[in-house]
Amino acid sequence: MATGIEPAPQSGPTGVRDASRAAIPARHLRTDRWWLAPAGTAAGLLAFVVYSTWRAFANADYYHAPYVSPFYSPCLAQNCHTMRGGPNWELFGSWWGLSPALLILIFPLGFRLTCYYYRKAYYRGFWASPPACAVAEPHKKYTGETRFPLILQNVHRYFFYFAVLVAGVLTYDTVLTFRDDHYRWGHMGLGSLVFLANIVLIWAYTLSCHSCRHIVGGRLRHFSKHPVRYRMWGWVSKLNARHMLLAWSSLISVAVADFYVFLLASGAFADPRFF
Amino acid sequence: MSERQAEQRSGAYQAHFRVWRGDADGGALEDFRVEVNEGEVVLDIIHRLQATQAPDLAVRWNCKAGKCGSCSAEINGRPRLMCMTRMSVFARTETLTVTPMRTFPVLRDLVTDVSFNYTKARQVPSFVPPAELGPGEYRMRQEDVNRSQEFRKCIECFLCQNTCHVVRDHEENKAAFAGPRFLMRIAELDMHPLDAAPARGLDRKVSAQDEHGLGYCNITKCCTEVCPENIKITDNALIPLKERAADRKYDPLVWLGNKIRRRAE
Amino acid sequence: MAHVDRQTWDVVVVGAGGAGLRAAIEAREAGMRTAVICKSLFGKAHTVMAEGGIAASMGNANEHDTWQVHFRDTMRGGKFLNQWRMAELHAREAPDRVWELETWGALFDRTADGRISQRNFGGHEYPRLAHVGDRTGLELIRTLQQKIVSLQQEDERVSGSYEEGLKVFQECTVTRVLTTDGQVAGVFCYDRESGRFFVLEAPAVVLATGGIGKSFKVTSNSWEYTGDGHALALLAGAPLINMEFVQFHPTGMVWPPSVKGILVTESVRGDGGVLRNSDGKRFMFDYVPDVFKEKYAESEAEGDRWYEDPDRNRRPPELLPRDEVARAINAEVKAGRGSPHGGVFLDVSTRMPAEVITRRLPSMHHQFKELADVDITAEPMEVGPTCHYVMGGVEVDPDTAAATGVPGLFAAGEVAGGMHGSNRLGGNSLSDLLVFGRRAGLYAAEYVGGLRARPIPEPRGIDAAEAEALRPFSAEEGGGPAENPYTLHQELQQSMNDLVGIIRREGEMAEALERLAKLRVRARRAGVEGHRQYNPGWHLSLDLRNMLLVSECVARAALERTESRGGHTRDDHPQMDRRWRNVNLVCQLADDRDAAGDPDPALGQIRLSRRETPPIRRDLLELFDKDELVKYLTDEELSR
Repeated sequence: MATGIEPAPQSGPTGVRDASRAAIPARHLRTDRWWLAPAGTAAGLLAFVVYSTWRAFANADYYHAPYVSPFYSPCLAQNCHTMRGGPNWELFGSWWGLSPALLILIFPLGFRLTCYYYRKAYYRGFWASPPACAVAEPHKKYTGETRFPLILQNVHRYFFYFAVLVAGVLTYDTVLTFRDDHYRWGHMGLGSLVFLANIVLIWAYTLSCHSCRHIVGGRLRHFSKHPVRYRMWGWVSKLNARHMLLAWSSLISVAVADFYVFLLASGAFADPRFF
Repeated sequence: MSERQAEQRSGAYQAHFRVWRGDADGGALEDFRVEVNEGEVVLDIIHRLQATQAPDLAVRWNCKAGKCGSCSAEINGRPRLMCMTRMSVFARTETLTVTPMRTFPVLRDLVTDVSFNYTKARQVPSFVPPAELGPGEYRMRQEDVNRSQEFRKCIECFLCQNTCHVVRDHEENKAAFAGPRFLMRIAELDMHPLDAAPARGLDRKVSAQDEHGLGYCNITKCCTEVCPENIKITDNALIPLKERAADRKYDPLVWLGNKIRRRAE
Repeated sequence: MAHVDRQTWDVVVVGAGGAGLRAAIEAREAGMRTAVICKSLFGKAHTVMAEGGIAASMGNANEHDTWQVHFRDTMRGGKFLNQWRMAELHAREAPDRVWELETWGALFDRTADGRISQRNFGGHEYPRLAHVGDRTGLELIRTLQQKIVSLQQEDERVSGSYEEGLKVFQECTVTRVLTTDGQVAGVFCYDRESGRFFVLEAPAVVLATGGIGKSFKVTSNSWEYTGDGHALALLAGAPLINMEFVQFHPTGMVWPPSVKGILVTESVRGDGGVLRNSDGKRFMFDYVPDVFKEKYAESEAEGDRWYEDPDRNRRPPELLPRDEVARAINAEVKAGRGSPHGGVFLDVSTRMPAEVITRRLPSMHHQFKELADVDITAEPMEVGPTCHYVMGGVEVDPDTAAATGVPGLFAAGEVAGGMHGSNRLGGNSLSDLLVFGRRAGLYAAEYVGGLRARPIPEPRGIDAAEAEALRPFSAEEGGGPAENPYTLHQELQQSMNDLVGIIRREGEMAEALERLAKLRVRARRAGVEGHRQYNPGWHLSLDLRNMLLVSECVARAALERTESRGGHTRDDHPQMDRRWRNVNLVCQLADDRDAAGDPDPALGQIRLSRRETPPIRRDLLELFDKDELVKYLTDEELSR
């Protein structure tokens, strides 16, 4: 009996045009606009990459008391803008001459790069592997995440730990926004709202992470023996179901928060104060 | 009452179908005009073709209620169950193209050879009953069986296997890759509250990665998209299984621990 | 001459549903090389359609439940026509069969303390159905399928071949059980994929082919249910009993037309759903028959209280046995109080919160949403009776499942008759499959083990079977144009539905027999185009023989039984008659030289005879009150 896995002779076309399969010349027969989703994803991600690259290398206009851009927080070099009570710890001393954003951005970047949702997004959007369901991919060979470098995607959980730390710092930054530009507490401006929205989304995205879901409870075999972790797993699972939505909204909110600081720092806009 | 009026009253209309006909030696899309009545699904139309125009049109089907997973095919290029695809979701003027699943060898017309799936099913080690429990002594809490129960909703329509690009686009990966359905089966067993595989020295997390090709999955979620049972294959089975494999294989702390333990032995 | 492929096996199981797979597991574990043949892919059997659960008196939900109570319910449901020994074995062994499934990996819904949860169902005194949401049949099939795979893995470790001791021939059809000197010698089959013929030589054949519903127009059954096993048994010389009893499930979908007949699980009512007519009235209260008066609630309030407090209230009449509910719905529709599409309303939306509905009845929610655009959490469903199950079948020995008169032939599951009497209770089907599937496998193995010499299939029989199977390809040579098998099938379904359906009359059944005779003549000329490779027209032409045979059994037996009982309702004999209680109607092939039979409708292919059933064992009778027994048993039987 055929087992269905005998290797096919490696001549001629493979995939859906393999000789054993139904003879249909078309790569796919989808009639809907299947390319819209991957194109939209690619455009969105590309826009963010362009924007964040510019802002990360700019090394300017990232601080306007009491707001620090999330791209530059925590600020770990000596060449940081002075932020009173702010998150600048000079771990890297004076030798670092480049933008201090580069020191910290690798962590959120790594977190998002290895994120299960973003993986889907860029595998589909940039690598066309596959471009959409039941649409043939253009590659001759495919080994997925079985070997270097993509096998490194398995380190996602470590980036998650760092992401929690970074989110902690950004929370601290948000608390600091409840000061005025003379560092007096008990004030609030439009920027505080922007920061608040951003940090809520950042946390929601971070906690909705698949690795987080695994660590919190998914790795357990008997939920009934760990009722607290089971309940936490339930919450994380609810968030996790919206991981894609949170990935995009937190991506946008972090850019918006940065851009808001840019507007303030460059003097293009004055922060409306509520009290 | 003219025929036309009767048609309008009953909501019937003539649809344009293109159905792939042929076998392993070749074939092509064939055009049909066929009547469609209110409330019908694609499988009804295929049956009407059989009864009126093409009595030897081969199609695999069974329950016609979305419960057996036999009538998998591709409709306008999308993998679907024919019995659960209502005609009302298409415009009346739209041409419907129906082809067999394009990942498996074709046998005839809409019927494919799905033995790949049965071969893979056999390669997954079965449930291992705990030695200390007899029949009737099993005690499991609902919250502990929920996860595996979701996966056991699977009707084995093999649409996930069909749509997965790992094998759809790369015939040569078929030997190494179990496919979403059977990786989900491994997840189901690994999450079973009483599976005694570890006691037999079988680590399903490791074997998923080493023997069943979990690493080929790049979580692009087409399996979840096509699942007629709405099982969250990627989020609830494949990613948790990847995380479990990472626990065993890619966690340096665990790796170090194992190294030390092995040296101590 | 017989040039077809031959293979030798110890036990051949025809059918890969619950009964077939269970039989195969047992035979293989008894050391027999076992082959399973099924028309569909492995794991697609009609058993997956079973929704509600497996009836077994485990007593997890109500500790008062015992096998005796289950036995009593089964006998009542079948109106005491049941083969009582089968009903007894079934009630006794069902719990073990369910627990065994857990050791093979089944995951049933759980009680709070971690045991198997059990739910209420029509005709069952206590919550008794082990279930998995409303997809219990799927769980059963998958578990048995995976158990078979695990046995194959064991074989592979020993012999290097997965299929050494247990092989599934999927998408193959058996057209004849081959006998030599009246003893089973093997089966003649064709492979649907290639159209090739082959013979499996085996001294024991277990029929587990399910039912006959595809002879009716409105049915919950899949295409496979063409009465193959019933016909194979008849053709091999074995008798069928109780064929007049066909269960019409009260709740099938009625709209849209293309899904008419698809099942709406009884769990909808078991979990609190109610039936209403177009006046909004819960009409079932008007249809409680005398024999059940004391067991069912008289007011809506009492019925509603029962869900919470079953010990002090009586159950609502929506949970009467299926035959009663189906007749009631039929009567309401006839009286002009039906729903817009000719059914009645089944409502859960006003009885349970939406979240509970989607959790407890997920497939129903999905099914109505996808197929009928109805959201059952917000609006009522429209339902009506649908042909669901045949109580009649191969007459078997209750202990060994051996068919009468043909050594080596066994039958289990729906294809076997007797167990359910005149009406089957919901949930008793899956347990039946497991209990008697196991027994059939066990005793088939024992039979083979005890044989001194194996009968060899006769070349003559093989040639005849081959010629018969090829006839549709040369139909036109026989004079006159070829008949379209699809048309014949539709006419057969229409005739059975209209004339031998849920309510029966003498004149209509006589007409049915005439129509069947004409169809039989035409079916000889059923012809097909194309070649033998995966040709559905050809397959249907061959199945027509079986459908015509069993349809005639149903019509003939129904005409003969002049009373109403369970799944057999006579308009002209509306009462149950105690004198019929211990009578089985037995169908046998009238002329086994030619399956086509005599064109004279008065003669047909089937010879009908009456047989008195053995008296019920005293200790089992004592489980019932005398007051109840007098409703069923004659005075003479009671005084014995």
